[in-house]
Amino acid sequence: MTHLTRIDAMNDARLAVAASVRDAILPTDAPVKIAARDLNFWYDRFHAVKHINLEVPEKRVTALIGPSGCGKSTLLRVFNRIYALYPKLEAKGEVLLDGENILDPKYPMNRLRSKVGMVFQKPVPFPMTIYENVAYGIRHHEKLNKADLDARVELALRQAALWDEVKDKLKESGLGLSGGQQQRLCIARAVALKPDVLLLDEPTSALDPISTSRIEQLVEELKRDFTIMIVTHNMQQAARVSDYTAFMYLGDLVEHGATEQIFSNPVKQQTEDYITGRFG
Amino acid sequence: MNAIALPVSERDIADTRHDTLFRWLLGATAVFVLVTLAGAALSMLWGGRSVLASEGLDFFFSADWNPVENKYGALVPIYGTVVTAIIAMLIAVPVSFGIAFFLTEVAPRWMRTPVGTAIELLAGVPSIIYGMWGFFVLMPVMREHLIPWLDSHVGTLPVIGKLFQGPPIGAGMLTSGIVLSIMVIPFISSVMREVFLTVPSRLKESAYALGATKWEVSWDIVLPYTRSAVIGGVFLGLGRALGETMAVAFVIGNSVNFTASLLEPSTTIAALIANDFGEATEEYRAALLLLGFVLFIVTFVVLAIARLMLANLSRKEGNR
Amino acid sequence: MNAIVMTPRDIAAARLYRRRRLVNIFAIGLACAAAVFGLAFLGWILWTLLSKGLAHLSLSLFTQDQPPPLEAGGLRNAIVGSLMMCGMGVAIGTPLGIAAGTWLAEVGNHRKLGTVVRFVNDILLSAPSIVLGLFVYAAFVMQTGGNFSAIGGALALAFIVLPVVVRTTDEMLRLVPVQMREAALSLGVPQWKVTMQVLYRSALPGIVTGVLLALARISGETAPLLFTAFGNEFFSLDVTGAMSAVPLVMYKFAGSGYENWEHLAWAGALLVTLFVLAVSLVARTLLLRNKISND
Repeated sequence: MTHLTRIDAMNDARLAVAASVRDAILPTDAPVKIAARDLNFWYDRFHAVKHINLEVPEKRVTALIGPSGCGKSTLLRVFNRIYALYPKLEAKGEVLLDGENILDPKYPMNRLRSKVGMVFQKPVPFPMTIYENVAYGIRHHEKLNKADLDARVELALRQAALWDEVKDKLKESGLGLSGGQQQRLCIARAVALKPDVLLLDEPTSALDPISTSRIEQLVEELKRDFTIMIVTHNMQQAARVSDYTAFMYLGDLVEHGATEQIFSNPVKQQTEDYITGRFG
Repeated sequence: MNAIALPVSERDIADTRHDTLFRWLLGATAVFVLVTLAGAALSMLWGGRSVLASEGLDFFFSADWNPVENKYGALVPIYGTVVTAIIAMLIAVPVSFGIAFFLTEVAPRWMRTPVGTAIELLAGVPSIIYGMWGFFVLMPVMREHLIPWLDSHVGTLPVIGKLFQGPPIGAGMLTSGIVLSIMVIPFISSVMREVFLTVPSRLKESAYALGATKWEVSWDIVLPYTRSAVIGGVFLGLGRALGETMAVAFVIGNSVNFTASLLEPSTTIAALIANDFGEATEEYRAALLLLGFVLFIVTFVVLAIARLMLANLSRKEGNR
Repeated sequence: MNAIVMTPRDIAAARLYRRRRLVNIFAIGLACAAAVFGLAFLGWILWTLLSKGLAHLSLSLFTQDQPPPLEAGGLRNAIVGSLMMCGMGVAIGTPLGIAAGTWLAEVGNHRKLGTVVRFVNDILLSAPSIVLGLFVYAAFVMQTGGNFSAIGGALALAFIVLPVVVRTTDEMLRLVPVQMREAALSLGVPQWKVTMQVLYRSALPGIVTGVLLALARISGETAPLLFTAFGNEFFSLDVTGAMSAVPLVMYKFAGSGYENWEHLAWAGALLVTLFVLAVSLVARTLLLRNKISND
């Protein structure tokens, strides 16, 4: 559709759809895996994430989009409490994973880490062999004999669509792989712990287009087993890859809904402006 | 509110405990660094307390250093330390700047890295070798050529003449200052060169595009931009010159008689301690420890200033 | 073709350019002179070292001990003593330095205490080595009955190694990308394991470089050993007693006036310088290779 016909279509559709789409709690076809309730986050005194209510459905891909500085990465990083490493960062509110509030200080970090995995923007393989990279997390949490460990490593590498390329060089350093392969290694490392949720923080922004599309295909496959949240500054990627999309702006969750709906007839004017490139 | 259903796993508790222990152990070693500095200062002060008590301020202002009679006026070594360092800086700073300018702007590109690396490696040559060279090579030259010339031509001038009168022995503050300066040149010029290389090439290119000459770019653009760091580097060099022992011990002459002349034997704090410590009595050692304390305080102040100046440039570059 | 007319403004400008060019040439001339001057002196020193040292290098340096004046001999006891004390100094200073540097990078990085420790460490780094020798004398030798010992010497050297390793470890660990830490921690691995198994592995070449540079530095040090190890004419492996070191022997022999002693001093000087240069070159190559593989 051209730019102009899309705007016409949106104007028509909005009148029809506005009535049926209410607030951020959306009707989904899957149970809710993670729910943020009145979530706020501060960088020292800067209120970066404001009163977020968000529901992430199980075994679906939810994309977080928005312009730079809108808080989407910040929000993602609350979901595995990685912010706790740094001083002067604070989160208030609730994040319910399977009904339990992970922001509660009594919630065991170990359980959080084994349920929620994260992949970062820059591929950072550990300075170890490919095998060791994947086995590293497993070794810490479980005592497995060699055969079982080998099987787990193979499973993780298969899930990351990397097994065929590295099965003969498991003993080589992870640093010798190409950028796209390194990122898939990082994905394998994360899924090796069999988490329920995968958080992907702009996983392809440092990669070339071919590696990017490979990883996007991978995400399609991974959602069979994992609940996925992906932060991306690339709208087209969100449209390609996700089932649900949440649009954030300056710390607020502006709109959240099925990807098709967000991209074809967004409810809020701001969302439409962002999607059509009027700002960004 | 949802309650936490399952109990906290054992591994979680163990991990947290191990992590806390880890952080505390590391913290202890970090504190150890602090303790080392404090310990160095205090132990020397404590070791020399008897002499401080008996001499008081005389320690700093009296030139009567007589271990046999247990009189310790340290004016001569203190004066010698300061003067040799000043001479060293007066020679080394311009020469180092010249070398740094040469290596960053003037020299052909193929020459720059090898010569720069050579100078950095030279900065690692142990200082005792400079002292030995000074003793075997420079002193005869001073004795036979430079000192008689200075004595007869400059020594007769009013006011500054006093500084340049002396018998042709070869040892003294001037010789030591020269040896020190040569020792410090590789160090300061390396720091300056490194600092000059951090100037963004955009800045220099803009100046060149306006028609500036190489000299003008260095003097008007590079130097002001790196001013803090250059001063910091100079102060670091000064700190080294003040505390240097071996480069000076061979050529200072080891005399505790006060002389204003740069050509007569004298001493510095470090050289005096190095020379006399081995044979010293307990009382004398206390005096030498106190002397060490003085040196420590002086270099501490100089190094602190150097650090502040260098931190200034780092901040300008946008670091924390 | 029209002749080019010089307006008064052109003439004034030309005069100014000429003056600036002259200044520039003069300055460049001075700079070249300074460079030649400085490098010439340094070359002179190296030449002296080479010529006097090479002339007296021989196998007996390694097989015979320090002789009395006017007799033949070598530097064996001094070489062994130097190796032992430098080895011990590195062995003591390195683990402490790595631990403190790790604290600075991983725990105290943005804290006030971290700034203070960094500042103090920088002071120690450039402190005169004679001061550190006096410290060990006052705090260790005097407290243990006034006996000079190789352990004392090693301690003094360790205090020189310590700030170097702290600084290197701190800087190398801070170079490791933040995401690597976060990636490891988000796997649920505790901080101590992440530091030791992932971060150290990444920073290791840099840390080794720092240790090597510290080794190069202490192998040429004389002053701190004067009041701690004191020196020993005889061959000894006893670390609780006084021990010799090459720089100590150089100090004693060089200004003595005895010819054979002076020859040995120069031979020792050449040995030490070659050792320092070799270690420094290895350290730099290591650092360069590490930089290349990381970029």
